[in-house]
Amino acid sequence: MIEVKDLRFVYPNGVEALRGVSLKIEDGEFVAIMGQNGAGKTTLVKHFNGLLKPTKGDVYVDGVNTKDVSVATLARKVGYVFQNPDHQLFCESVEQEVAFALKNFGFDQETIEKRVSWALQLLGLTQYRQVSPFMLSGGERKRVALASVLAWDPKVVILDEPTIGQDYAQKEKLRQFIMQLRTQKKTVVIVTHDVEFVAECQPRIILMKNGKIVADGSAKEILTNPEVLLQASVIPPQITQTFHYLKDIGLPTNVIDVYEARETILEFLGETKK
Amino acid sequence: MSFFEGLKFRKVSSPIHDLDPRIKFVFVLVIFVLAVVFAEILPLLFLFILQLPFVLLARVGKQWLRSLKGAIFFAVLIFLMNFIVSFIYAGYVVTAQMIENAFTMTFRFIVLVSSFSIFFLTTSPDVLGLALEQSHIPYEFCFAFTTAVRFVPVLADEAQTIMDAQKARGLELEKGNFLKRVRNYIPILVPLIVNAIRRSLELAEAMESRAWGATKKRTNLYVLKPKREDYLLAFITVAILALAIYVKIFVPIPKITQILRISA
Ligand SMILES: Nc1ncnc2c1ncn2[C@@H]1O[C@H](COP(=O)(O)OP(=O)(O)OP(=O)(O)O)[C@@H](O)[C@H]1O
Ligand SMILES: [Mg+2]
Repeated sequence: MIEVKDLRFVYPNGVEALRGVSLKIEDGEFVAIMGQNGAGKTTLVKHFNGLLKPTKGDVYVDGVNTKDVSVATLARKVGYVFQNPDHQLFCESVEQEVAFALKNFGFDQETIEKRVSWALQLLGLTQYRQVSPFMLSGGERKRVALASVLAWDPKVVILDEPTIGQDYAQKEKLRQFIMQLRTQKKTVVIVTHDVEFVAECQPRIILMKNGKIVADGSAKEILTNPEVLLQASVIPPQITQTFHYLKDIGLPTNVIDVYEARETILEFLGETKK
Repeated sequence: MSFFEGLKFRKVSSPIHDLDPRIKFVFVLVIFVLAVVFAEILPLLFLFILQLPFVLLARVGKQWLRSLKGAIFFAVLIFLMNFIVSFIYAGYVVTAQMIENAFTMTFRFIVLVSSFSIFFLTTSPDVLGLALEQSHIPYEFCFAFTTAVRFVPVLADEAQTIMDAQKARGLELEKGNFLKRVRNYIPILVPLIVNAIRRSLELAEAMESRAWGATKKRTNLYVLKPKREDYLLAFITVAILALAIYVKIFVPIPKITQILRISA
């Protein structure tokens, strides 16, 4: 679906944000990009829908080189939700905000109606349909931005810091929602610092540092490898840390989520009782 | 956004950056006034060449060129306007004199842009604010001024991000006829303005929670004190001014067209 070949990117002011990144994201994959502030995560995902074009190297989306097509063409396939929702909200009502992209892509009136209702329902925004987006709270604005992208049903969904400012219930909804996207065979890419969220979702993790990929693998492999994580200024989830400190009494160190932890502990207790 | 680039200060150290902003400002002001007073190409050329050592010493050549490039559009406009007006006025004939006059006006504009560009490229908003304050201008004004100057590049960056965000939602800026194109900018202008207002309100709250305006007399971490180089610049400024006054009163300045005719 997305293929990146030896991508280098230098901003006009001379900052070298990406220094040789290669990766392949398959159809229907769920990927989390993590790493310290300024590692180049946002810069990398901006290449996926053509907002930035490589200084060197190539990016292919669905076999098409991003250098050859416009952002609007790519955007139809690759939906990108920005880090800060205030960079895109401008309409008088939430409803119009969600319809904006649909109009740009030339959907007919009936489809627009249907898609808007669907997207608002999906993100629990139906009651705000006629409200101005500027009146909403930060977390709600973030959801409006999300709805406005999901509405056109892109094949790839990129979420830059989706969990920031969301309360626990919304985070959980977001997680379920991402899982739902996966059952629809969508490719989902999230950029995040939220280790606990990642531990619960268990995506493939790509760790970045200084414009390079330092590790790429399953959530379990990466999150239980403290040395690699430390390099990229990420700490393991609390569960993993707890198990790490308890390894002396014979517990395994490769546990990342609560459910698994419970099973492992029960098993361990069963063994020690015997 | 290239025009803004030319006014964007970058923190580097050079003999020019370290000059006292007040004296630098007087210097720029003198150039400004002289550029307006003299309507001949030779003194304007002198004023332009005078600025080159400053650009070189400050090592801001690239940004300086960029701001000149940003001014090209207006320069061409000024040239055409002057030329066309005098063309019609003279009864639809073209003379070398006319071209020289139009060129002089354009060059005057370039000298002005260049001098201001050098000033802003080599003077940090903070030092500028400090200079205003020490010139006994009320602190509220100084603060408003420095904040405004400092936020111009921030706003330019933000405009870029917003443009990206809307493009990602399928907005095509270059599509449609003229009216449609203007309308295309609404999705960019609204978030830009809303964010600017929101940010200013937040800034006000943040400032007040850090005791802004608690005491009448504010002290400063840095105090400006003129150095040897500053006196040198002050001397140069006075010398240029004296020379200019002398030339203006006693020396008739020939036009290029006149020089050519004499030599011919
Ligand atoms: N528009 C820009 N112009 C110039 N440099 C930029 C620009 N955007 C980002 N950079 C620089 O590029 C580097 C990578 O930035 P990027 O935004 O990709 O990091 P990030 O991994 O998304 O960080 P964060 O976790 O803070 O969001 C940083 O050093 C940053 O300063
Ligand atoms: Mg980022």
